[in-house]
Amino acid sequence: MAESEMQQGQEVVEARQRAHALVARNPQETVRALFESLPDLPATQRLRPSETGLIMVRGRIGGDGARFNLGEMPVARATMQIANGTVGVGYVIGRDHDHAELAALADAMVQDPAWRDVLEQHILVPLAEQQAAREALEARKAAATKVEFFTMVRNRGPK
Amino acid sequence: MAYVSVKGGERAIDNAHRWLDEKRRGDPGVAEIEVAQIREQLSLAVDRVMAEGSCYDPELAALALKQARGDVTEAIFLLRAYRTTLPRFGMSQAVSTKDMAVQRRVSAAFKDIPGGQILGPTFDYTHRLINFDLADTGPDTKATLASKPLADQMPTIASVFAHEALLETPEADPADGSEPYDLTREPMAFPAGRDQRLQALARGDEGFLLSLAYASQRGWGNTHPLCGEIRMGNVVVEFQPEELGFPIEVGEITVTECQMISNFEGSAERPPQFTFGYGLVFGHNERKAMSMAIVDRALRHAEVGEAPAHAVQDEEFVLYHSDNVEASGFVQHLKLPHYVDFQAELQFIRRLRREWQAARAPGDGLSEAAE
Amino acid sequence: MIAAQALTDMAPGFADLALDAQRTFRRLMDSMAKPGRVTDLDVLVSPPVPGFEAAGAIALALLDFETPVWFPDDADGRRLANWVRFHCGCPVTTDPAAAAFALAGPHNVPQIDHFNAGDAKYPERSTTLLIVCPALVGGAAIDLTGPGIAEPLSIAPAGLSAAFWGAVAQDRARFQLGVDLVLTCGTQIVGLPRSTRISPSSAKGK
Repeated sequence: MAESEMQQGQEVVEARQRAHALVARNPQETVRALFESLPDLPATQRLRPSETGLIMVRGRIGGDGARFNLGEMPVARATMQIANGTVGVGYVIGRDHDHAELAALADAMVQDPAWRDVLEQHILVPLAEQQAAREALEARKAAATKVEFFTMVRNRGPK
Repeated sequence: MAYVSVKGGERAIDNAHRWLDEKRRGDPGVAEIEVAQIREQLSLAVDRVMAEGSCYDPELAALALKQARGDVTEAIFLLRAYRTTLPRFGMSQAVSTKDMAVQRRVSAAFKDIPGGQILGPTFDYTHRLINFDLADTGPDTKATLASKPLADQMPTIASVFAHEALLETPEADPADGSEPYDLTREPMAFPAGRDQRLQALARGDEGFLLSLAYASQRGWGNTHPLCGEIRMGNVVVEFQPEELGFPIEVGEITVTECQMISNFEGSAERPPQFTFGYGLVFGHNERKAMSMAIVDRALRHAEVGEAPAHAVQDEEFVLYHSDNVEASGFVQHLKLPHYVDFQAELQFIRRLRREWQAARAPGDGLSEAAE
Repeated sequence: MIAAQALTDMAPGFADLALDAQRTFRRLMDSMAKPGRVTDLDVLVSPPVPGFEAAGAIALALLDFETPVWFPDDADGRRLANWVRFHCGCPVTTDPAAAAFALAGPHNVPQIDHFNAGDAKYPERSTTLLIVCPALVGGAAIDLTGPGIAEPLSIAPAGLSAAFWGAVAQDRARFQLGVDLVLTCGTQIVGLPRSTRISPSSAKGK
């Protein structure tokens, strides 16, 4: 039983990670438009004031070795509580508190059975599609610049 | 050393700043440049300001460039100053460059690198002729789209040769779980670990690192590098907030990575193999990433038993002088009033001259000494 | 590390992040500069455990991701840990020697010598211990001397045993190492930095 609870916990964590990633990695305007298209949204309150801070971005030596500090980046942070008490947390690159609050709202909704399906259907699925389309477009531009080597074979004709 | 405060410059300073603002704006008959235009159309300048400002924020870097009238070092200073006003939430998970959404990936060493040579948006094969068409509105060119996208993952050059152990594997995280050195939190200390060196180089002045790398290639160094791989594209940044206990993706950043390969002829303990110099930089900047990788490799002379003989191999010299905010501050502080210093030097030189003249006056010195 | 808990029913932090933190910092600094004087922080925060108002405000003002904090491993300790971690992003540790700060209630004052006393190179890395007392008066009188104390001064916080004060006196014998103490009750605090020497009161004792 403990194991199945843990498994359930893992599922919740993965759902929250996915929802947060989709909101954080799509443009704020796109996310906002989708939320505004919902007929109804949960009532929210900020559990702590939204804030801008820094995250130190890390890399790895040689790409996969020991970690080192690469440089910092501003991140907006928000924490939203929805009507049933569920708390969502949002951290989004940049200084846009609205974007972080949308991430926090999505994080709260994905934990609440009353909102999970609405979020999935009307927000997350379209975001995933748009993100995939955007990434495919870039990857197609890159693919067009791939070098196709060919070797010229020179046959020596008979003398 | 003594400092004397002198008052009276306030009005002159205010007016100098007003004139500076007017200069920054330039001819008011010309449309004012927008921050978004700088961000989108001068994006490599923006990238450089973010990398050396050590703060990944294209919007702010563009604004800093506008405020600094295009003075890149001044803009970097503005960004560095800004970052000190923000609290730190924490440290990201290490970004995974092998999962990069690659826009460009080339290997000069290995033609048939798996995944292929992806040229990306590069100046490399342009003729460097001024394009007079751009003097007016430029052509509205669209990138060509291949029918299929690139694969999601590009194998790294290290992974290609991994089974032969021809390439060294970089050191892993320390077993004691200690955190990487952070020069925004601790003073520079020597001897420096590779983590400390790479952090300093990642924010170091591009011109300084370029010149060092160049010097080391020309003989003032011991590197004979080959470009194993350069890749540029977007990586995902993950962060684990304390209150969540699991990592979340907070966004994507563009980075440039360079793996420089150098021979190592082996020692009693280590067989001959290739060694790496590593470069990783915010934004799209291959010149910087390559220079960083060459300097990183030069600074590893002790690991491979090379005798240090050149400036590029001296970590105190390199790390103490690579930061252009510090360098610029120390050189440019000489513009500030040094009236007292100069008064002291004036008196000193006048005294020396009197003594010099007295010593050379005919007869005097000798007769005094004789009396 | 204590695992992250659900964030429901999370009590709010400072109403004004910057100004409340600055006011708290200023008053704490004054209180450490004038050991033994009672200072009212005059900041409204409502930590999840009543009585921790001042200790909570100090935590909100000072803690961040670089300051591991220790709490007693009991129900109140865990509630406070969750609240402080949420607002400050600080790691919570169960190892007193790893703690930059520690918050303890009146019933479970920890062993002073289990905390980090700093080392000769970095004495400032020692633990700062915030102890919530049932009252700042009415206990056994303690004489204070040292920097910041011009006139003879004694305090009598309630709830602290003779053994506790003995351990503090012993800790102070190894100055410049040693933990810094802040005693709190409600919104009031008394600073007892490691530079303050402590002895049972000669005036009232025996």
